[in-house]
Amino acid sequence: MPHSRFGTQPPDAESNTIAGLDPAHADPSAPTGSVPPAAPNSSGSDVLTRAQGGDHQAFAELYSQHKRRIYSLCLRMVGNIAEAEDLTQEAFLQLHRKIGTFRGDSAFSTWLHRLVINVVLMHLRKKGLSVISLDEAMEPTQEEGPGRTFGSADLTLAGTIDRLALERAIGDLPAGYRLIFVLHDIEGYEHNEIASMLDCSIGNSKSQLHKARLKLRDTLRTYPRQEARR
Amino acid sequence: MTEDLKNLTCAEFQSQLPELIGSGADIGGDPHLKSCELCRALLADLETIAEAARQLFPVIEPPDELWEHIESAIKEEKAGSAEESPDPEEE
Repeated sequence: MPHSRFGTQPPDAESNTIAGLDPAHADPSAPTGSVPPAAPNSSGSDVLTRAQGGDHQAFAELYSQHKRRIYSLCLRMVGNIAEAEDLTQEAFLQLHRKIGTFRGDSAFSTWLHRLVINVVLMHLRKKGLSVISLDEAMEPTQEEGPGRTFGSADLTLAGTIDRLALERAIGDLPAGYRLIFVLHDIEGYEHNEIASMLDCSIGNSKSQLHKARLKLRDTLRTYPRQEARR
Repeated sequence: MTEDLKNLTCAEFQSQLPELIGSGADIGGDPHLKSCELCRALLADLETIAEAARQLFPVIEPPDELWEHIESAIKEEKAGSAEESPDPEEE
């Protein structure tokens, strides 16, 4: 089957990388500060089992394995370094409290992402920001969706998007749309994985991603006009 | 089926887009797209957005000191829970 330009690369949860990306940004052996690197022979499940048994060194290894993707997700969702650090800390504290309850019904990274997403959405709720609970985030909404596109003229983005403009537009998305967009289009998760993380249907994930892209398109098309007025 | 797709209105075609795109198939040869400039432009924009997003780095390194903060918070929690439930032998 010919591959769509919308195709994604599957994330590699063990190494915290996505295939094909700049290794400098994805190398799991990159310096990790005071966190001890994972022992060469320690498999993911071994580390997890030891961490569940209260082994602090194993928990540190888990942090080392997952910190980049968790921090990145938090940063993209709140757009603020200090808040992202607080949320990452809160997420790993919750992980420390709850790790014993992980039963292996799903992949650990999926389970962990779900925990993090709940931490992030709880934070957004406290701040009174739009799209609050996971259920609300995944609820198909007519009124919040981007404007209907059929029949509109003045269309194209001319095939290129300024990176900063895209970052800004992503930051302006309602949290539910932003979450799906970040997980799928930036982090590279597939719809079935997102559905599992967010406890929604695959169709719902596809629909919300589509709405997010439409909203980004609307926003990106207005930027040049906004800049021109300044 | 092909004839059906060709006869779709833009609204009908666009309502099917999430599923068409999400299927991962190449829909460039879709009959409606071949005859509709508006929907071709829409699809091109959405592809451009998806491609641009993939160029954004998905992983960002947190500051080194974050682990120290987490570690000390864990210790504080442990100390707190130990105070709440003291060793029975000490009573």
